[in-house]
Amino acid sequence: MAATQEEIVEGLAEIVNEIAGIPVEDVEIDKSFTDDLDVDSLSMVEVVVAAEERFDVKIPDEDVKNLKTVGDAADYILKHQG
Amino acid sequence: MSPTNRTVVVTGIGATTPLGGDSASTWEGMLAGRSGVKPLEGERFADLPVRIAAPVAVDPSEVLPRPLARKLDRSAQFAVIAAREAWADAGYTAPAGEDGSVAPDRLGAVIASGIGGVTTLLDQYDVLKDKGVRRVSPHTVPMLMPNGPSANVGLEVNAQAGVHTPVSACASGAEAIGYAVEMIRSGRADVVVAGGTEAAIHPLPIAAFANMMAMSKNNENPEQASRPYDKGRDGFVLGEGAGVVILESAEHAASRGARVYCEVLGQGLSADSHHIAQPEPTGRGVAAAVQNLLDNTGLDPAELVHVNAHATSTPQGDTAEIKALRKVLGDDLDHIAVSATKSMTGHLLGGAGGIETVATVLALYHRIAPPTINLDDLDEDIDADIVRGEARKLPVDGPIAAINNSFGFGGHNVTLAFRSV
Repeated sequence: MAATQEEIVEGLAEIVNEIAGIPVEDVEIDKSFTDDLDVDSLSMVEVVVAAEERFDVKIPDEDVKNLKTVGDAADYILKHQG
Repeated sequence: MSPTNRTVVVTGIGATTPLGGDSASTWEGMLAGRSGVKPLEGERFADLPVRIAAPVAVDPSEVLPRPLARKLDRSAQFAVIAAREAWADAGYTAPAGEDGSVAPDRLGAVIASGIGGVTTLLDQYDVLKDKGVRRVSPHTVPMLMPNGPSANVGLEVNAQAGVHTPVSACASGAEAIGYAVEMIRSGRADVVVAGGTEAAIHPLPIAAFANMMAMSKNNENPEQASRPYDKGRDGFVLGEGAGVVILESAEHAASRGARVYCEVLGQGLSADSHHIAQPEPTGRGVAAAVQNLLDNTGLDPAELVHVNAHATSTPQGDTAEIKALRKVLGDDLDHIAVSATKSMTGHLLGGAGGIETVATVLALYHRIAPPTINLDDLDEDIDADIVRGEARKLPVDGPIAAINNSFGFGGHNVTLAFRSV
């Protein structure tokens, strides 16, 4: 069963917590990965790979640059999840 | 005073070693004559001819936050831990530029390792084979590059005068400290964070060293396996960890009222040009390095009271080093307390010059030489006064000096000299 947007944001929060150490409650849809959540371009690759596995979705490299905020990523996953 | 003959002093020390998670516990372990060697547990070591090593006493996962640790190779984790301790020990409370005590463009970092991020390389190859391309960590390259520890320490303290990584196998850590001294002498920097680190306890390096016949196979008696100068020695025991010092121009240290452990007199360097891995049996290259050290620094052998020897517990290497010391120092060697601290820590490869510099600095500061353990039956070819069994007090009056030797596969010889203040 496909995840809801709320479940996706929760999942992303857990991933960002694991990778960047940011508390899950601080990972909100309007937060920027690089500016607010201490996720640099290398760590973003880790976030993407973890999200792909968790939500059964493919996020091609050329789309990653468009995922600026947690909301961008959640919308992308919602639309493309298998 | 011209920039080329500035006095360099040690103002901070840090370490994480098989004997302790910091320099104080490491030093305490050394003075007590403790061994850090343990059996290697686990399936992946089961088929190896060598199943002993000296792992760090405090795992970095207990000290570093997980988000930082997962981006650092284990060798860089050790380096950051030791550098943080040394930086604070020197009295710095923030990265350069933040508390006004040193300008970023006057601060350098020189941290070396012998073989870099080898465990990252091997572990990520396992990931590639077992889980596929996509799962290979994007941090792999910065983690495996040999300059990774130096670069990460440079980021920690905001070093902008230069960040460097000399590589010379087991002489790397000492060469890093020598390079740092020259950075200060030449006027490029006022303060340099310098040392060595290594994290190579993995089946592949162990298999490779064991196949060179370089390692002790005394699996039944781990704590007795590293036994420099003993007739029964059969090779080195692999250790891991890091040792870091804060070097500073004497003027800079004085300007901020820093506590000074000792002066760094300088270094002596040479190359054997004999064999890629075998020590030159007469100690010709080592003797040249020690002679260069005396010539470069003006160190009077009469002042020299202590040598922290390279002494890895290999049959040939231990003997060649003592022959070289006798050749250069002559009868003066008789009043010099020689310690082989690898008997306790194992051999940290590129980390050795780091932790043994910390040990040498503390020996001068506290005027006590750490012991050489497991020396039950002295090899008759070892014609020197080895500190056996227990730590030994050094002369309490007047200036005293000590040297720290490090030699590496490839024929690299580095010796560093220090004097009490």
